[in-house]
Amino acid sequence: MKIQLDFMAVLSEWPLLLTGVAWTLALTAASVVVGTLVGIACAWVRARGFGATRAPVWLQGVVGAYVELIRNTPFIVQLFFIFFGLPAAGFKLSAETASFIAMVVNLGAYATEIIRAGLEATPRGQMEAAHSLALSDRQTFVWVVLPPALKKVWPSLVSQITIVMLGSSVCGQISTQELSYAADLIQSRNFRSFEAFMVVGAIYLLLAITTRQLLNWAGAKFLFGRR
Amino acid sequence: MVDFSLWDIVRNLLLAARWTVGLSLIAFVGGSVVGLLLLVLRLSKLPGMDTLVGAYVQLFQGVPLLVQLFLAYYGLGLFGINTSPWVAAGLGLTLYASAFLAEIWRGCVASIPLGQWEASQSLALSFYEQLRYIILPQALKIAVPPTVGFLVQVIKGTALASVIGFMELTKVGKTIANATFSPFLIFSCVAIMYFVLCYPVSLYAKRLERKIHAHR
Repeated sequence: MKIQLDFMAVLSEWPLLLTGVAWTLALTAASVVVGTLVGIACAWVRARGFGATRAPVWLQGVVGAYVELIRNTPFIVQLFFIFFGLPAAGFKLSAETASFIAMVVNLGAYATEIIRAGLEATPRGQMEAAHSLALSDRQTFVWVVLPPALKKVWPSLVSQITIVMLGSSVCGQISTQELSYAADLIQSRNFRSFEAFMVVGAIYLLLAITTRQLLNWAGAKFLFGRR
Repeated sequence: MVDFSLWDIVRNLLLAARWTVGLSLIAFVGGSVVGLLLLVLRLSKLPGMDTLVGAYVQLFQGVPLLVQLFLAYYGLGLFGINTSPWVAAGLGLTLYASAFLAEIWRGCVASIPLGQWEASQSLALSFYEQLRYIILPQALKIAVPPTVGFLVQVIKGTALASVIGFMELTKVGKTIANATFSPFLIFSCVAIMYFVLCYPVSLYAKRLERKIHAHR
């Protein structure tokens, strides 16, 4: 039996693919920024033993439950819950908003655990030095504890960001127009399903490798390099 | 519209959870076998193997699992194999798990001091004997916690098999939600069931990890 692959049929739909890449990157970028902030806030609540005043116990409980609940359920279920479940409870969301929220919530939980590890590795002396310079708790956290902690865990954070970007392919299931949705659309037009997913898979691979290299490089050069 | 009592929903979801568990086991066991094979190939120092296995790992870690499953589903069909969702999902998840496990275990083997290799070599052990009696038993001890941790990834990964029509927990949940118009309740139940499956495994992995690092 002879198998004929026709990649041109897929590639000729490049505007769809381009829109898909744009949506994937935009969703990822937006959710990474917000998700990391969520992660930092939650990590502050959950981290132990880096000397700052502790958050109230009920808040620790809430954040702990959030992190464990998200880390132990599949992303696709979280997405379906937000997109199909919440409207039934009165929050109507567009597919794009639902995808964004789901990605933020998901990354937030994983980033919490990653950043927490960095915070807990802060040497005691750093805190004492900061306090003896009369920095407030907030100033100490933002200027003394957080930057080296982020620097320490940056490679893990970059891995997680890549995973979230690849995970965004699931958002096509609720008709967000990202890359894998483009593949679905293309195969419904020309029935070249295998080729469509081959092409899209290759694009994802390229995106994943580039994102990782770029973020690792940028992290070393701009974010945490000099000091 | 069909009338579903709460018990009907829970019962159907529980029945569907069997397939989630089954698929997880297939993927995990299959992935372990293929992963071990990849690991041995990589350690064997055969020319080109390191690059080849490295590329394999990179490929499966850089392409979304969703796309991998679609490729397995449509690809098998292209080769004239009558694809049931079981075969496609089982194959896709097995390959996915094998890449991650091969990479996890490579890290564990790399943490065994080089002297162990050299010592066993100087005792005239063959490559197979070195692995069997010296390296792998030591690596196994370090490998257990991250491997158990990865099992959680696999269980969560099976949820994606729903997109190629595999009737597991997520797919059945979505089907019932479409029939009953109560997605909030049903996806909550689905999430709780995944949590009940995954959380004990996560806790166990964490405990194993603590036990290994206890002496430091």
